Amino acid sequence: MSDERSDWPLYEIFIRAKSGLDHKHVGSLHATDARMAIEHARDLYTRRQEGVSIWAVRSADIVASDPADADSLFEPARDKVYRHPTFYDIPDEVKTL
Amino acid sequence: MYTQGLDSLGKDCLRDPAQDAGALERSFQARVDAEDKIEPKDWMPEAYRRTLVRQISQHAHSEIVGMLPEGNWITRAPSLLRKAILIAKVQDEGGHGAYLYSAAETLGVSRAELVDQLLEGKAKYSSIFNYPTPTWADVGAIGWLVDGAAIMNQIPLCRCSYGPYARAMVRICKEESFHQRQGYEIMLRLSRGTAAQRDMAQSALDRWWWPSLMMFGPSDAESKHGAQSMRWKIKRFSNDELRQKFVDFTVPQADFLGLKVPDPELRWDDAAQHYRFGAIDWNEFEQVLKGHGPCNRERLDARRRAHEEGRWVREAAAAWAAKQAARAAATEAA
Repeated sequence: MSDERSDWPLYEIFIRAKSGLDHKHVGSLHATDARMAIEHARDLYTRRQEGVSIWAVRSADIVASDPADADSLFEPARDKVYRHPTFYDIPDEVKTL
Repeated sequence: MYTQGLDSLGKDCLRDPAQDAGALERSFQARVDAEDKIEPKDWMPEAYRRTLVRQISQHAHSEIVGMLPEGNWITRAPSLLRKAILIAKVQDEGGHGAYLYSAAETLGVSRAELVDQLLEGKAKYSSIFNYPTPTWADVGAIGWLVDGAAIMNQIPLCRCSYGPYARAMVRICKEESFHQRQGYEIMLRLSRGTAAQRDMAQSALDRWWWPSLMMFGPSDAESKHGAQSMRWKIKRFSNDELRQKFVDFTVPQADFLGLKVPDPELRWDDAAQHYRFGAIDWNEFEQVLKGHGPCNRERLDARRRAHEEGRWVREAAAAWAAKQAARAAATEAA
């Protein structure tokens, strides 16, 4: 039926809900170029004033860690409980610490 | 980063000599049982992936085809406000289709191939959209009943084990509530209007009631994929449970409108605290699914026409992007 077997490039869309907040990943969409990605993101992800700023990133440009490596990748942090404030026992008499 | 590197992942994991497929499946099921979400690049059984691709793409197609019965009334909405509301609703449905195609793409299929399957008549979509909308009251009945049934189906999907599908559903459910309420309000206005308007509302309810109950799918005894989908936590409630809940919620709403649900066997069962309803005509459901509903041909023809008539726009956009990219490259080289 359609001869466009390959889609337009995929973009990941990030929205800042209001100033002071981080941009947050909301989903993806196809667009021919960056400008169309922003315009489509406006129509697709901010129909109800969900955002004040949009980032569009080519999905192919994102470098991601592999879930299969998660154990070895995050292992170094696992036994370092002393990085957390609750690790340290401080007598109750000591205040504001 | 949804669709990247998916093709190879399952196989890579299987090659790990320390783990056989059985162990991977057991640890997958343990994660699902623990309510952990499965994300695109995680290992998943092939059947889980296939089930999700089928369900999410059918869901996406339903949103896209669902624009047609209501789109039929955009030019004839009874006021400018109603027209603006209807355009917003139909635009939402297109958006829902786009969210869902993106979610399906995270499973390693392309949107182009899914759209092709729809246009070639190989893919299923919800049987409900093969019914006609002869009056303005049908727009009200669709919002109230069809979107109401969709919400009943979709709220549990917000907790689906597959992360991208669950997140798309959260977004969709937030928007569906507007759809249902605007539909009910149309019915309310008509049911409080002239005798002709009340009759119009009643006949729309008569047309949409049974097809809406069929939206929950075959009864549990007949459902092909139900049990496995429950184990995988793609589904949380059975078709019959959701259908019962819908009837229990909707009958009092019809009573408030002063309209009569077209089921002579409908009665309140005080002991069970449920409405009991008559038998569904599954033969009709099967016929509509097979393509013999009142509007199956018309719907697909409309989709194909829209796709063809939009072709030059897609081609022009692609040509423009290629030209701009070539110019940018030339400037850089100079």
